[in-house]
Amino acid sequence: MCLALPAEVVSIDRDKETAVVALGGVKKEISVALLDELSIGDFVLVHVGFALHKVSPEEAERTLKMIEEAGEDPLEEIGA
Amino acid sequence: MKYVDEFRNGSLAKRLAATIVREADTARTYHVMEFCGGHTHAIFRYGVQDLMPANVRFVHGPGCPVCVLPIGRIDNAIELAERHGAIVCSYGDMMRVPASERKSLIKAKAAGADIRMVYSIRDAMKIARETPDREVVFFAIGFETTTPPTAVALRDAKAQGLKNFSVFCNHVLTPAAIQHILQSPDVRELGTVAIDGFLGPSHVSSVIGSRPYEYFAEEFQRPVVIAGFEPLDVMQAMLMVIRQLNEGRHEVENEYVRVVTREGNLKAQALVAEVFELRPSFEWRGLGEVPYSALRTKDAFADFDAEKRFAIETKKVRDAKSCECPSILRGAKKPTDCKLFGTVCTPENPIGSCMVSSEGACAAYWSYGRFRQGAPRRAVPAQKEAAE
Amino acid sequence: MTIMTRFSSRIDMRAGAVDMTHGSGGRAMAQLVSELFVRHFDNPLLAAGNDQAAFDVSAGRLVMSTDGHVISPLFFPGGDIGCLSVHGTLNDVAMSGARPLYLSAGFILEEGFPLADLERIVASMAAAAREASVPIVTGDTKVVEKGKGDGIFITTTGIGAVPDGIDVSGDKARPGDKILCSGTIGDHGVAILSKRSNLEFETEIRSDTAALHGLVADMVAAVPQIHCLRDPTRGGLATALNELAQQSRVGMRISEPAIPLKPEVHAACELLGLDPLYVANEGKLVAICAGGDAERLLAAMRAHPLGRDAQIIGEVVADDNSFVQMETEFGGSRIVDWLAGEQLPRIC
Repeated sequence: MCLALPAEVVSIDRDKETAVVALGGVKKEISVALLDELSIGDFVLVHVGFALHKVSPEEAERTLKMIEEAGEDPLEEIGA
Repeated sequence: MKYVDEFRNGSLAKRLAATIVREADTARTYHVMEFCGGHTHAIFRYGVQDLMPANVRFVHGPGCPVCVLPIGRIDNAIELAERHGAIVCSYGDMMRVPASERKSLIKAKAAGADIRMVYSIRDAMKIARETPDREVVFFAIGFETTTPPTAVALRDAKAQGLKNFSVFCNHVLTPAAIQHILQSPDVRELGTVAIDGFLGPSHVSSVIGSRPYEYFAEEFQRPVVIAGFEPLDVMQAMLMVIRQLNEGRHEVENEYVRVVTREGNLKAQALVAEVFELRPSFEWRGLGEVPYSALRTKDAFADFDAEKRFAIETKKVRDAKSCECPSILRGAKKPTDCKLFGTVCTPENPIGSCMVSSEGACAAYWSYGRFRQGAPRRAVPAQKEAAE
Repeated sequence: MTIMTRFSSRIDMRAGAVDMTHGSGGRAMAQLVSELFVRHFDNPLLAAGNDQAAFDVSAGRLVMSTDGHVISPLFFPGGDIGCLSVHGTLNDVAMSGARPLYLSAGFILEEGFPLADLERIVASMAAAAREASVPIVTGDTKVVEKGKGDGIFITTTGIGAVPDGIDVSGDKARPGDKILCSGTIGDHGVAILSKRSNLEFETEIRSDTAALHGLVADMVAAVPQIHCLRDPTRGGLATALNELAQQSRVGMRISEPAIPLKPEVHAACELLGLDPLYVANEGKLVAICAGGDAERLLAAMRAHPLGRDAQIIGEVVADDNSFVQMETEFGGSRIVDWLAGEQLPRIC
């Protein structure tokens, strides 16, 4: 369930509790009523027109590194 | 697309697959249930099973809110449009699910009922504001990911004094479903359904956090790894489950750290608690009555509860006799174990809910995977379907 | 050509609306035909004022195709129902390898339909026909009562001539053939979705609606022995491939990374939970040819403006089940199956 995608915050309307987010060249206005503190340039997880959570760039990096490391073949390392 | 494409990288996938092959103990099989229907869909769409060794198997779980919604509730939604003349707004997922008397939302719409597909509950509220002389009902479905948006809308509707808007609430809870599966005789006593570990749902967890799963890991002694939505996430999480099983651990781990924290979204949780309360029991299609597994609106929001507003009564409707959805949803059987699969029950003519939702195990298997095992040849459609 | 001047006053195209008299066969209808259709479509056969168009054809094989157009919204980024109805039928004719010769257009108008919109649509059709060098030589107009039609329905029929030695048919794909796609998929469907009221996006995506017969002519000149041509409209690329596989009783293996796709279309589909393989196109084609001809065909396609982004996307294989299999960008494999009804956006 729960199709949700990370999108970049492009503008914020604090009075209406909405923001415009961009993903791959597509823009959409969504509600940010479920989040506190948002800044332009943040990435948020978007589901049914609402931002559910911020996406952490640091943790994303960390995960990718973890995946890359997990993919390393110990035999390759020692040139076997 | 940032934070999406990187996690679909095919060469990283190959390398991860090699690691999984290396680390999976050839002396045993690993049965890992991906609870979330979105994961089922991703696994089939990207062919992730192809990259797993033969002794690592995905068991498809019931985390498909479309699949588990009882027929009687869909009948109610149609009734709201047909008998009460309300504008019924629904997500696309529900439009084709077959209800009683071979009806569905989309068929009722074709026959003249005012049923409209929306992407968000906000669209439904807009319709309500623009047509103040009509009743507008939003057909709310979904797990904990989709519930907070409904809560926001109800809070706003109350604050705005929107008089013609209500919600037909069918929100269900993930931990209750996991509990129900793990406690079923098949799993607990008989051991006929092997579930060695879980891949936890991505986006439900972004809202509820990783904490609720700690109970399951402890009580049922099984590892739970919360997995992101992309195929690399699924593979990495699978590796983490394999490692836990090899090391005899049963903890909650989080692969989806870029979005999921232990606490989740507290603001969303608080808002949900403000608007909704637990139903003592709720029928899940295929699982029967499950206690404390679903939500209804609190009395303070009674005006916006379509069930109260329109005095809706839900009838129990039985599924087709040979339909194996109940077993398939619990992971006890595979789509190919069902007599109806591919013969009577196809995506064009779905009998059970597992075939109708794109995340249902049967639909996913039919649409993406049946070429693997010399599956039945699809009959040529008599004519292409006309516009609906 | 002469515009009939026997009417007392011109039709008010700006503020007027269609009414029942416009379909009744009397003076009002004659005036509408004259001042709108004949004026815009502007060709000698139509101006002759007969109920039919008569013309000579060279000996050989003729092709005929017809299409009804009921699209909503009527106007969308990149086009409208008018040019769509012209392009659609020209393409159906062209997919046989034929050169389109003439078009007809039948209109069913709903009472109350604004004449300004009608003129806009007709002008668009005229422009499309002119650009394609294929005149609209005969037509018909009917009006239905308010509530009985969705504004406007257009049916176009086209005929074309197949050059000698050309035999393109959906049942001619053979194992070893290559499958080519003329450009990016899903553009039209996403452009339409961006306008539908319940789903709104601000994308730069425009419909790809276009007449493909010029591209086809170049392709057929480069590789006269093309086996199959199909334009993937409703149901998308996946449906076209499945149709061809079924007709030819073969299987197909395609490669997801090879399929041309605009990033914005990809993103819009992701947001809506749609698979671009099933999203409609209106200006693309699929071609199947012998393996050895593929590179030459690809070059011919890329040399034409409408085939700039053409790619070889896969090959034909033997398969009793006629499955279309796809190697995903991720490295795994899946079927690309028939669609069960129109694809709907999803939240799960």
